[in-house]
Amino acid sequence: MTSLAAAASTGEAVQFWLLGTVAVVGALCTILMKRAVHSALSLAGTMIVLAVFYLANGAYFLGVVQIVVYTGAIMMLFLFVVMLVGVTAADSLKETLKGQRWLAAGLGLGFGILLIAGIGNASLKEFNGLGEANAGGNVQGLAALIFTKYVFAFEITGALLITAAVGAMVLTHRERTERARTQREQSEARVREGKQVPPLPAPGVYARHNAVDIPGLLPDGTPSELTVNPTLRARGQIRDVSRESLAELKALERRSEDWLGRGSGEEPEAPPSGGASPKEHKEGAKK
Amino acid sequence: MNPVYYLYLAALLFTIGAAGVLIRRNAIVVFMCIELMLNACNLAFVTFSRLHGNLDGQIIAFFTMVVAAAEVVVGLAIIVTIFRTRHTASVDDASLMKL
Amino acid sequence: MENLIALLVAAPLVGAALLLCGGKRLDRTGHWIGTLFAAASFAVGVALFADMLGRSADHRALHQHLFSWIPVGGFRADVAFQLDQLSMTFVLLITGVGSLIHVYSIGYMEHDERRRRFFGYLNLFLAAMLLLVLADNYLLLYVGWEGVGLASYLLIGFWQHKPSAATAAKKAFLVNRVGDMGLSIAIMLMFTTFGTFAFGPVLASTGATSEGKLTAIGLMLLLAACGKSAQVPLQSWLGDAMEGPTPVSALIHAATMVTAGVYLITRSGAIFNAAPDAQTAVVAVGAVTLLFGAIVGCAKDDIKKALAGSTMSQIGYMILAAGLGPIGYAFAIMHLVTHGFFKAGLFLGAGSVMHGMNDEVDMRRYGGLRKYMPITFITFGLGYLAIIGFPGLSGFFSKDKIIEAAFAKGGTEGWILGGAALLGAAITAFYMTRVMLMTFFGEERWRNAPTPSPDRPSAEPAAGTGGEYTPPHPHESPKVMTLPMVVLAIGSVFAGGLFSLNEAFVKWLEPVTSFAHGHSPVSATTVTAATTVVLFLGVGVAWLMYGRRPVPSLAPRGSLLTRAARRDLLQDDFNHIVFVRGGGHLTTTLVQLDHTLVDGAVNGTAASMGGLSGLLRQLQSGFVRSYAVQMLGGAAVLVAATLLMRGV
Repeated sequence: MTSLAAAASTGEAVQFWLLGTVAVVGALCTILMKRAVHSALSLAGTMIVLAVFYLANGAYFLGVVQIVVYTGAIMMLFLFVVMLVGVTAADSLKETLKGQRWLAAGLGLGFGILLIAGIGNASLKEFNGLGEANAGGNVQGLAALIFTKYVFAFEITGALLITAAVGAMVLTHRERTERARTQREQSEARVREGKQVPPLPAPGVYARHNAVDIPGLLPDGTPSELTVNPTLRARGQIRDVSRESLAELKALERRSEDWLGRGSGEEPEAPPSGGASPKEHKEGAKK
Repeated sequence: MNPVYYLYLAALLFTIGAAGVLIRRNAIVVFMCIELMLNACNLAFVTFSRLHGNLDGQIIAFFTMVVAAAEVVVGLAIIVTIFRTRHTASVDDASLMKL
Repeated sequence: MENLIALLVAAPLVGAALLLCGGKRLDRTGHWIGTLFAAASFAVGVALFADMLGRSADHRALHQHLFSWIPVGGFRADVAFQLDQLSMTFVLLITGVGSLIHVYSIGYMEHDERRRRFFGYLNLFLAAMLLLVLADNYLLLYVGWEGVGLASYLLIGFWQHKPSAATAAKKAFLVNRVGDMGLSIAIMLMFTTFGTFAFGPVLASTGATSEGKLTAIGLMLLLAACGKSAQVPLQSWLGDAMEGPTPVSALIHAATMVTAGVYLITRSGAIFNAAPDAQTAVVAVGAVTLLFGAIVGCAKDDIKKALAGSTMSQIGYMILAAGLGPIGYAFAIMHLVTHGFFKAGLFLGAGSVMHGMNDEVDMRRYGGLRKYMPITFITFGLGYLAIIGFPGLSGFFSKDKIIEAAFAKGGTEGWILGGAALLGAAITAFYMTRVMLMTFFGEERWRNAPTPSPDRPSAEPAAGTGGEYTPPHPHESPKVMTLPMVVLAIGSVFAGGLFSLNEAFVKWLEPVTSFAHGHSPVSATTVTAATTVVLFLGVGVAWLMYGRRPVPSLAPRGSLLTRAARRDLLQDDFNHIVFVRGGGHLTTTLVQLDHTLVDGAVNGTAASMGGLSGLLRQLQSGFVRSYAVQMLGGAAVLVAATLLMRGV
C-alpha cells in the first residue's frame, strides 16, 4: 500500500482517468439535474469517487471518513432536508436574473482557466510519496499530528461542532404557541365540519398495487384522490393507472369467460364511460 | 502519472461547483455545490500531502471536513427555518436585505 | 545691592494687588497706599542710583536672577533683571514722575468715587513699566510691554461710562496690538537667529549675523516702537487717548509709556547699528512724525489734544535721534528725560486749568486765566519755555543736540533731517505759544455763553443749570496738585543744563549706548543760532495771530490744511478707507471665493460621490447570486493578480 502511494503506477493512471470522468460527470449532473434528489445522488457519486482518490493518494483515514461521514452522513442529511423541504419547491431551471447565466458561465470559465493555467505553470513532476510519513500507519501519523501540532485547532474545531449542533437546534426548534389538540377534540372537529369522518380510505378494492403513488379505485372503478398523499399530488408524481387497469381487468374477465366456455352474452356490468361522476369523499360519506 | 492531473481535476470540480452556486436557485442545491467546492479543495490538499510527503495536508483536509459538517448542519437548519416561514427554498426570494 | 532691584517692581505690584483686591475697605485710604508704594519704589531707585554712582563706569551694571521661567532643554527664558545706566535713568524718571503724579492725582481725583481703583491701575502701570525697562531679555520685556498696554487701556477707559472713553480705550488697545505683533515677530526672529532672547548674547552676536536678518528684526522692532510710541503710521490712538483722566495723560501718554519705543530702539542699538536700512526707516519715521504731530498740534482747540500732538512730535524727535545711531542715542534719552519733566508739567498744568474751569477743554473758551491761577500759569509757562527750547532751559539743550546730530548724519540725508528738525522746532514754538496765549492771555472768553457751532451742536451749558449760562469760577488748584507741578517745573528748568554740564549725561550713558561725536557740516554755534532764530520766528507768528488779534470763540473754518489737521491729518479717514473698507472688501471677496471655489470643490466631491454611489448601488440588488458573481469575480481578479505578480 505504501509503495502505491509513493509512485503513481500505470494502474493508478487508468483508475484516475476512468474514475475522474465519473467524478466530473457526477459534478455536472449535480448542477444540471432538475430535481434536488438527483443532484444529491450525483454528488454522492462524485464523493465516493473522491474517496477512492484519497485512498489512492495514501490518505486511508480520510478516504474512509469521506465515505462514512460525507457520503454516509452529510449527504443523507441533505436528502433528509430535500424530502422535508423540497417537496413543493419547484426548481425550474429558467433563469430569472438578467445575464446571470452568461456571467456565471463566463466567470466560471475564466476562473477555471486561471486556476488551470496557474497549476500548469507549477513544475510538479513527481510525488515525494507518503511512505515515510505513513510508516507507522496513516491513522497513527494523523493522530500524532492532531494531538501535538494541531491540538489547538482540533480543540477549536470541537468547540465549533458543538456550537453548530446547538445552533441547529436553536434554529429549527419551534415553540408551541397553542395546546396540541387531543384525539377526541380532533374527531369532534371532524364531525362538526362534516367531512371525512372515518379514516381516509386505503387503496381501493380493485387496487392492483400497494404503492403509495397509485390511487385506490372506487367500486365503480374510478380512482379516489383521497387514497394518495397530497404531497405526491402536488409534485405531480401520482401514477393514474385506474382506467387502463380497468380495461385490462375487463379484457381478462372476458378472456377467462371465453376460456371457461361459459360464453355469457350479457355484460356483467357496464363500466361508466364518462367515468368520474361519483367521486371523492362522497363515496366515503355514503358509507 | 503526473500529480498535476489530480490538481487539474480539483480545479475543474471547484469551477463546476462555483458555476453551480451561481446558476442554481434552490438553496439546497447551492449548498451541495458548495460541498462540491470544498471536496475539490480537499482533493487538492490530499494531493499536496502526497506531493510533499507529509501528513499536514491531510490534517487540513480533515479539518475542512469537520468545518464543512458544522456548516452543513447550521446551513440546513437555516434553510428549514426559512422554508417554514416563507414556504420556499429559493435563494432569490430571500432578497429583503436590500432595503 | 542687586537684590533690591526686584523690590522696584514688587512695590507697585503689591500696591496694585492690595488696591485692586482690597475692596471698599480701602476706599478711604487707597490713594495714600498707592502713593506710598510708588514713593517706596522711588526711594529704592534713589538708593540704587546712589550706589551706582559710587562705582566706576564699567562696574555699574547690576544683574539679578529671580528664577527660570521657561526652561526647555538648552533653551531658557529667565525672569531676571538688569540694571544699567539706561535702565537706571528710566527707573528714576518713571518712579520720580510717577510718584509726583500719584500725589497730584490725590487732588485731581478727589471727587471720583472710584479713586482707589484708579490708584490701583496707576500702580499696576508703574510695575509693568519698571518690568519693561528692567528686564534682561526680550521675552520679559514683552511681558512688561503688554502690561503697560493693559494699564493704558484700563486708564484711558477709566471713565467707562463715557462711550467716547470706552471707544478710545479700545482704539488704543487695537492699534497697540499691531505694534505688539511686530515685537512678537521680532522676538521669534531673534529666537530663530540667535537661539536666545537675553539682551547680552543677542546684542553681542549681531556682528556675526547677516544684515538681512538684522534688518527684518530691526523693522519689526520699529513697528513695535511705532505702536507704543504713537509714531506714523500707528499714531492715530494717542489723540483719542486723551479721553482718560489728565494725570494718566501726563504719566502714561506723555512722560513714560509712550517713550517705551525709544527705549526699545536704544536698547536694541546694536541691531540697528548693524542694519543701516532699518536705521533709515527709523529716522524717516521720526522725521515724518515730528512734523505730523506738530502740524496736528497747531490746529487743535482741545488743550489736551494739542499737547498730545506735541507729545507725538517730541517723541518723533527722540525716534529720529535714536535712528541716528551712536551719535544720537544719548541725546534721544536726554530729550526723553527732559521731555518727561516738561510735558508732564504741561499736562498737569492743563489738568489744573480744567480743574478750575469745570472740566472745559476747549481753549477758545479760556483766556486771561493768568490772574486766576498764578502758580499754574508760572509752572505751565516754565514748561512752555522748556519745550520750545528757550535758551538756558531743558528743552533747549536736548533739542538743540538732536538737531545738531541730525545735521551730522551727513550728506543730503543730513540736510533733510536737520531741516525737518529745525522746521519742527519752529512749529513747536508756534503751537505752544498759541496754547499759552489762548489759555492765559487775551480776553476772558469764558464769561460769555458758548455759541453753538456745527462742530459741537450740544455745547453743554456748564454745570447743569437749566439753560441759563453761569460762567465758571476759575481758581487755583489745591496744594497737593500744585506741588508736583512746581517740582516738575524746577526739573524742566534745570535738568537740561545739569545734564549738559561737562557732557555729564552722555558720559553717564556711554557704557551702555556707546557714543560718537557727529561731524556736522554746520558748526554747533550756527545750529544753536538757527534754532534760536526759528524759535523766535515761531513765537512771533503765533503772537501776531493770537496775541494781537482777539481769538474768536468759535473756530473759523480755516484753510484746507487746518481742517485736515483738525481731523488729525485724516489719519482716521485713511485707516477707515484703507483698512476698514479694504478689509471689508477683502472679506467679501474671500467669502465669495469660499462659496464658489471651496464650497464648490466640497459640494462637487459630495455630488460626484453621490453619483458614483448611485451607480454602485445598482450592484446591490439583494440577490445572493449576484453577490456570489461579484465574489467570484473578485476571487478571479485576486488569482490573476497573484499569477501576474509571480511573473506568469
